Amino acid sequence: MDFSADVRQIDGLAVIDLHGEIMAGADDALTSGFVRATTGNTGPVLLNFADVSYINSTGIALIVGLLAEARASDRRILVSGLTDHYKDIFEITRISDFVTMCDDEESAAAAAKA
Amino acid sequence: MEREPEVTAPPAAVEPVAFELSPTDPLMHYLQQAGGPVEIDKLKLDSPGLEQMRKADVALVVPLVSQGELIGVLSLGPRLSEQQYSADDRKLLENLASTAAPALRVAQLVREEEANIQARERYQQELRIAHLIQQNFLPREQPDIAGWTLSAFYRSAREVGGDFYDFIELDNGRIGVVIGDVTDKGVPAALMMASTRSVLRSVAARFDSPGTVLEHANELLCPDMPPKMFVTCLYAILEPHSGKLVYANAGHNVPYRRRIDCVDELKARGMPLGLLPGSKYEEKDVMISPGEIVLFSSDGIAEAHSTDGEMFGCPRIIDVVTHHASSADLRNEVLDSLHAFTGAEWDQEDDITMVVLDRLPYDASDFAASGEERLATFEIASETGNERAAMQRVVEVVEGLGIDPTRLDKLKTAVAEATMNAIEHGNHNDPDLPVTIEVTKRPRELRVAITDHGGGAQIPDETAPDIDAKLRGEQTPRGWGLFLIKNMVDDMIVTSDEVHHTVTLVFSLGGES
Repeated sequence: MDFSADVRQIDGLAVIDLHGEIMAGADDALTSGFVRATTGNTGPVLLNFADVSYINSTGIALIVGLLAEARASDRRILVSGLTDHYKDIFEITRISDFVTMCDDEESAAAAAKA
Repeated sequence: MEREPEVTAPPAAVEPVAFELSPTDPLMHYLQQAGGPVEIDKLKLDSPGLEQMRKADVALVVPLVSQGELIGVLSLGPRLSEQQYSADDRKLLENLASTAAPALRVAQLVREEEANIQARERYQQELRIAHLIQQNFLPREQPDIAGWTLSAFYRSAREVGGDFYDFIELDNGRIGVVIGDVTDKGVPAALMMASTRSVLRSVAARFDSPGTVLEHANELLCPDMPPKMFVTCLYAILEPHSGKLVYANAGHNVPYRRRIDCVDELKARGMPLGLLPGSKYEEKDVMISPGEIVLFSSDGIAEAHSTDGEMFGCPRIIDVVTHHASSADLRNEVLDSLHAFTGAEWDQEDDITMVVLDRLPYDASDFAASGEERLATFEIASETGNERAAMQRVVEVVEGLGIDPTRLDKLKTAVAEATMNAIEHGNHNDPDLPVTIEVTKRPRELRVAITDHGGGAQIPDETAPDIDAKLRGEQTPRGWGLFLIKNMVDDMIVTSDEVHHTVTLVFSLGGES
């Protein structure tokens, strides 16, 4: 399954909707989405995993790389839409320590304003 | 009445006097050259023997010479008639000596031969006893383990030998397997074999690591090892339930394992025992799967020669192992091949020892008895993305086991990650090298064994991923695979040999059926 990343704005929050499987080959689309989401603004970015069916260790590495970029520019990252399994993996890898974990887009939008 | 004949008392017996002549006594040389009877009074020699004879009142000495060698002397005191020995007397004695000397020589040889025979018989008897004692050092019977056939063969080149093998019962059902060879043959080697066996048994009871066992045995043996003698020895610990075999090798012949598609050598580095204090022993492990067989052997097989001087060699052993029929006894197959090569008149050059570990193939009754069930074995080509297919196939295989969705997700991730590692790192994305996946179920455990062709390479120490370091750019963002696997399963067993690398994922089924 291909991977794609769409970018939209909701109420000052850049949302990157991730679609498909995050694994080898997803890096260009993910990076491109992040660039589009962050160009011209310094606000928070929400990664929406609601349409992601699979993340492997390569995908985890891509997300960590993206977090490193966000950290370098002091940008806050929020995530939503993760299944329990991938929430668990984000906890195990401690990615959750560096993002704001939200159940859905609405709670993410609220958290972004907090 | 008839009168009894009058008995006349015999002349008083003359006590024979024995002399011991030193080979360096000048009298010896003189008598050898004399050519006839010699009057003692006329001799002027500085000879201890001559002094003895004079004191014993010897008047005449007749040399007994056979084939130029002085083999004795006839010593005569003065004549009872108090007359001198006449020329006739001397001639008579000379003739007597020339006749008696060869007969005496024959008698001496017969006596020497009888003594030799007695000594040989005594030695043979001692060897027979030594043989019996040595037989007692070898296991009288092989361990009886469900799902396995452990067997051994031992035949010394002489009455006693330097080869040995042993099965040592360890805790948790594990078995220590020993095969060794003391340099040299015969009694010295047998004595050292007995000592080594005792040392290994005592050390094996204290340590769980074969490398550590050999290391300690070496330290104990080094001080007492005679010059130019050492012991090659392989020590392995078999975990029958899982099939895991951990081994270390002190310079012994490499064992061979026959797998479904190949024969591989179970190599591990180490110096022979008794040579060098402080030696370290590399430790390796492999997983012996059902249907696989491991042959340990001594150099008496590989180094046997045919009548035209050609050596049997390791390739012929490998050939026998390769073509081994599962219904046959591998020991007999090796021996048949060896005897066909050496010929019927072969004089066995060295001790021959074999130990065979045969993990029996599964069948339905075995599964029923062991509670283990093989759910599936399949292969996938080493192409990127095929880990998804492997993952999906495992999901289908375990579908009826009632694993809850959360735990099933963990299993899926672990299988996919381990398969991805096998494709990328083990098989280097070579589509011709398959990844083999075997799924087995035990009463409370599911196992997924993922095997690639990445054996033989040193496995680098794993660096635990540190997200802080990764975010600071001090570590690559990658390197999560093994970390994820370990966190998804209850246990992960990694085994490797010269060819294959296997990661076995152990997944507790808990209350699931």
